[in-house]
Amino acid sequence: MAEISQDSGKKDGKVRSKKTSTRIDMTPMVDLAFLLLTFFVMTTTLNKPQTMEITMPEKPKLEDKQPMVNEKRVLTLILGGNDKVYWYLGITNPKIELTNFSNDGIRKVLLRENAQIKEMVVLIKPSDESKYKNMVDILDEMNISNIARFALVDITPVDKELIKESKL
Amino acid sequence: MGKVKVHRSSTSIDMTPMVDLAFLLVTFFMLTTKFAPEEPLAVDMPSSVSEIKLPETDILTISISKEGVVFFNMDGKYNREKLLAKMGEKYGIQFTSEEVRVFSLLSSMGVPVGNLKQFLNMEPEDRKLVKQPGIPSDSVNNELADWIIFSRTTNPRLRIAIKGDRDADYPVVKNVITTLIDRKVNRFNLITNMEKGS
Repeated sequence: MAEISQDSGKKDGKVRSKKTSTRIDMTPMVDLAFLLLTFFVMTTTLNKPQTMEITMPEKPKLEDKQPMVNEKRVLTLILGGNDKVYWYLGITNPKIELTNFSNDGIRKVLLRENAQIKEMVVLIKPSDESKYKNMVDILDEMNISNIARFALVDITPVDKELIKESKL
Repeated sequence: MGKVKVHRSSTSIDMTPMVDLAFLLVTFFMLTTKFAPEEPLAVDMPSSVSEIKLPETDILTISISKEGVVFFNMDGKYNREKLLAKMGEKYGIQFTSEEVRVFSLLSSMGVPVGNLKQFLNMEPEDRKLVKQPGIPSDSVNNELADWIIFSRTTNPRLRIAIKGDRDADYPVVKNVITTLIDRKVNRFNLITNMEKGS
């Protein structure tokens, strides 16, 4: 570089042009750099998707013995269509009640019953009309209410009858 | 002479540090950014309070759209190539190297194996437009189960995630979950969004 500029300087008074050439006009480059910068800042996704880990029980083998649970400790939740939640305690002669997914709804019930019943077991029975969102919501509620023992089980015809009879 | 120089440098600002910084940031964002591959279906995920982040690699995603169409996606180009070969072997379909290449670059797809060859031979633009019927996952014809088995044999570290639309019907989700449990996949992830302040 230095030699070349010396040569050009020798020829005729090109000192001026030499001066201007040392400094590059960076404005277009900066424009481009910032354009790219804005583009990448905008397109980059900062929030990675959240996930909920769920472990399902293994399929019971024939020779396995199912654990027995006192029915007084069982709370059954049935997820109906239109964001409805039916719940009842026990198995025999249950008193079915209707609630919803709001903070005053199922969460209150869960917290109350969880405080009263020792080692409560929650059976979640999503009906065919329920949506995926309902299932995630109810699993979330289990998380919030700190309920350790819950199971996702299929809805039974008896439960369907119960809902029909209750007319809720 | 010297005076002139001083005068000049004061009129134009030295942009070099700024450019340095700008390019540093550009490089950073360019390297960290990961373009989300175009998904053939829009999934509006339900929200939850869970704050576990989904790992970035070794993920098998089963997407369930609003209409109950099941899509399959696995990451890793080489694993996808191997996976397709295994699926072709099982279903007696010979895939050409071109088809394998196309498949390895796809994102989610929801086509039965029988139509896969035809689907892979489409023009990319046509492929976007075509309505994918979903992967059969019912008890009669459960191709999803095969996809899962072969994916797991190809990549043993694979984690399985279900990405369901909030309004997907539960029976479809149940089908997928039952399929997973039947294949001894008892632990999986449900992809959710961050809960908005309620």
